[in-house]
Amino acid sequence: MSAADTLAERFDRFEDTPRWLLDVGLIAATMGSIYLLFTIFTFVGPAGGTFGTVVANLQTITFWTALYAMMVLALNLHWGYTGLFNIGVAGFMAIGVYAFAVLTVPPTGSPPGLGLPLWVGIIGGMLAAALVGAVTALPALRLRADYLAIVTVALSEIIRLTLLSTKFESFTLFANLDYEVGGVEILPDVALGTGAGRGMNIPVNPSIPVKSIFYTNPSNPAAGERTAVGEAVLGAFVDAGVRETVVVSLAYTLLLIGVVALFYWLLVRVGNSPFGRVLKAIREDELVANSLGKDTRLFKIKVFMLGCALMGLGGILWEAQRGFTDPTSTTFRPIQTFYIFVALIIGGAGSNTGSVLGGALFASLLFQGPLFVSRIVSHLLNLGDTPGSFAAAVGPVFALEVGPLLAYAAGNIEQLRFVLLGLVLVYLMQNRPQGLLGHRKEVAASVPLIDRDGNRPRDATASDGGERDE
Amino acid sequence: MSDASPAGEGGEPATTGEDRPTEATGDGTAETTADDAEEHRGPSELVVEDLVKQFGGVTAVDGATFEVEEGSLTGLIGPNGAGKSTTFNCITGVHEPDGGRVTFRGEDITGLRTARIANRGLVRTFQIARELEEMTVLENLMLSPQGQVGERLSHAVLPGLRGRVRDQERDLREEVWETLELFEIDHLAGEHAGNLSGGQRKLLELARALMTDPDLLLLDEPFAGVNPTLEEKLLDRIHGLRESENLTFLLVEHDMDLIMDNCEHVIVMHQGSVLAEGPPEAIRNNDRVIDAYLGDEL
Repeated sequence: MSAADTLAERFDRFEDTPRWLLDVGLIAATMGSIYLLFTIFTFVGPAGGTFGTVVANLQTITFWTALYAMMVLALNLHWGYTGLFNIGVAGFMAIGVYAFAVLTVPPTGSPPGLGLPLWVGIIGGMLAAALVGAVTALPALRLRADYLAIVTVALSEIIRLTLLSTKFESFTLFANLDYEVGGVEILPDVALGTGAGRGMNIPVNPSIPVKSIFYTNPSNPAAGERTAVGEAVLGAFVDAGVRETVVVSLAYTLLLIGVVALFYWLLVRVGNSPFGRVLKAIREDELVANSLGKDTRLFKIKVFMLGCALMGLGGILWEAQRGFTDPTSTTFRPIQTFYIFVALIIGGAGSNTGSVLGGALFASLLFQGPLFVSRIVSHLLNLGDTPGSFAAAVGPVFALEVGPLLAYAAGNIEQLRFVLLGLVLVYLMQNRPQGLLGHRKEVAASVPLIDRDGNRPRDATASDGGERDE
Repeated sequence: MSDASPAGEGGEPATTGEDRPTEATGDGTAETTADDAEEHRGPSELVVEDLVKQFGGVTAVDGATFEVEEGSLTGLIGPNGAGKSTTFNCITGVHEPDGGRVTFRGEDITGLRTARIANRGLVRTFQIARELEEMTVLENLMLSPQGQVGERLSHAVLPGLRGRVRDQERDLREEVWETLELFEIDHLAGEHAGNLSGGQRKLLELARALMTDPDLLLLDEPFAGVNPTLEEKLLDRIHGLRESENLTFLLVEHDMDLIMDNCEHVIVMHQGSVLAEGPPEAIRNNDRVIDAYLGDEL
């Protein structure tokens, strides 16, 4: 019996507590353990343990947890619930971000955009991702699941390479269409652009509203003053030894947590409904769902669009935090999709709570953890410089000197992370392919179908002659 | 219902004919395909005409023509490879037929999508029970009812609309539990369907098909791998449902005695087309059937 099963059994003693509260408790307990671990990491790490460094590190962990939890929840809707093998997540994120950027960047920007308000950008980004999702899905959803995988992975690369293309670095719409009505041009020239490899600044980004809580001039905090809230909060934190930028990032992270909660709420509702029931049936056996009169193609398209819209929003929040996006960043590479899948596999496909747990465990232990550990190892063992080549690292081993090899490993930890990921995947596939919570019963219905003793729910037995009195 | 006479094919169809008198006239042409051993039959619920289905060079169904009378329990038999399952698949839209026509309750349903055909009340089960394994027995049955408001995304999600979904689900839950009790699998309600035994899966499959509130059920070998006690139980249910719900059944089965004892009309398929049809005793004595299929058994 695995740890998760044992854990689930322990929860039986809380059987009068609602499921969602237990799940929130489970997530809180997991995050608590992760925080404890990284607090210890901070204390033994090179920067030493102060209130400021602990807050900074926990902020980093929470930030990545929230981003991955968001993406994993969206992917869980596709793959976990409906069995749609979408391996183009990064592409849909990119569509969301770029549509958002083109809509919100001011016309004076370089590359220029439309300068529309933030909310238009967010809705536009989500719609664009959903539409691209629909266009992708329409032909592929009629075929077997593998074709959707091929189409989506190809699409995500097409999107990334298109964004990299200098053809779209900056261009002008309607440049050749000069129709005038009463002296007014009805299709004025519109300058747009993706910036190609240079990337795009996102000046009106969601972190600005967060910054405006603290600063009167949020786009350039140094030039303005703090607001009253900023004075109080920043003052208090800075006095406690936390850097100002960390506090602002923390506020943004809180926003992300809010979005994760929103995703979770939305997807639990989608899941616990007749709609979610059909999704599960499609995953289990599409022919059966069809034979029971469910038009599965409609369901698949709807759910694919919804998931893509959420991925688009996730992408916006992912990139907007740094106020900049470019197609060469790892955010839009296929590896990103792979990371999100690993996180979902860890948490358990099909479970929303599992998705959040998977996002948290992946982001902290597998994604950020190795970086922390490598820093700690080089700090504690005083490893010195990283050898320049593999030979220089391995050579001394024959003289029973492992220092250079460790330093080499620590210096190349981002590459070694793949090995770790691979090992974790192999272990999971062999020992717990369903992930932490993938196999548990999350019944897709808006009302309880069965009571705790396995009988017809109580209010239902009233007309039934009551062999099951309370 | 358990004492429903299995061989009582005499009186029942006549009473059911009053429900849809218009169709009796509409299907008059197809009546000519019935062979001479046949007595008067009621209106046809399902009419299959000249159905053809080819897979590469193999003609699995080659001009099959038959009718299923409303309210009847009709058996479809034939040796392996006779085209019974392919016929089922063509009727239910799983395969698109290469030729011919399928008419259900007077409407042409040839080539419609599976879901649309099921919406109209023509529902099938599968030869090998196809449970939704990672869903509970209750979820399996809750899936079936047609036209659930909560299958619309907006109703599932939006706070103002979800109340209606919950109300409907409470009512459906009642029906589902009643069906579970009827099939005596209510003790398994919360189990994942994948944990059920072969026989229990057969029961669940039939119960799930019934929860769609069908008019005609196509049962593809519902008794294969089912022990005699359970078989009896399933047959009881089927006969009971015919009486209480006026359901029509078309049954593919290999057990000859079972077909002969329970069905009032038997269709024999051989090499993709209908070799003979008629009441069981006529089939039993039909020389061509004996030659093609029953020779060893009778």
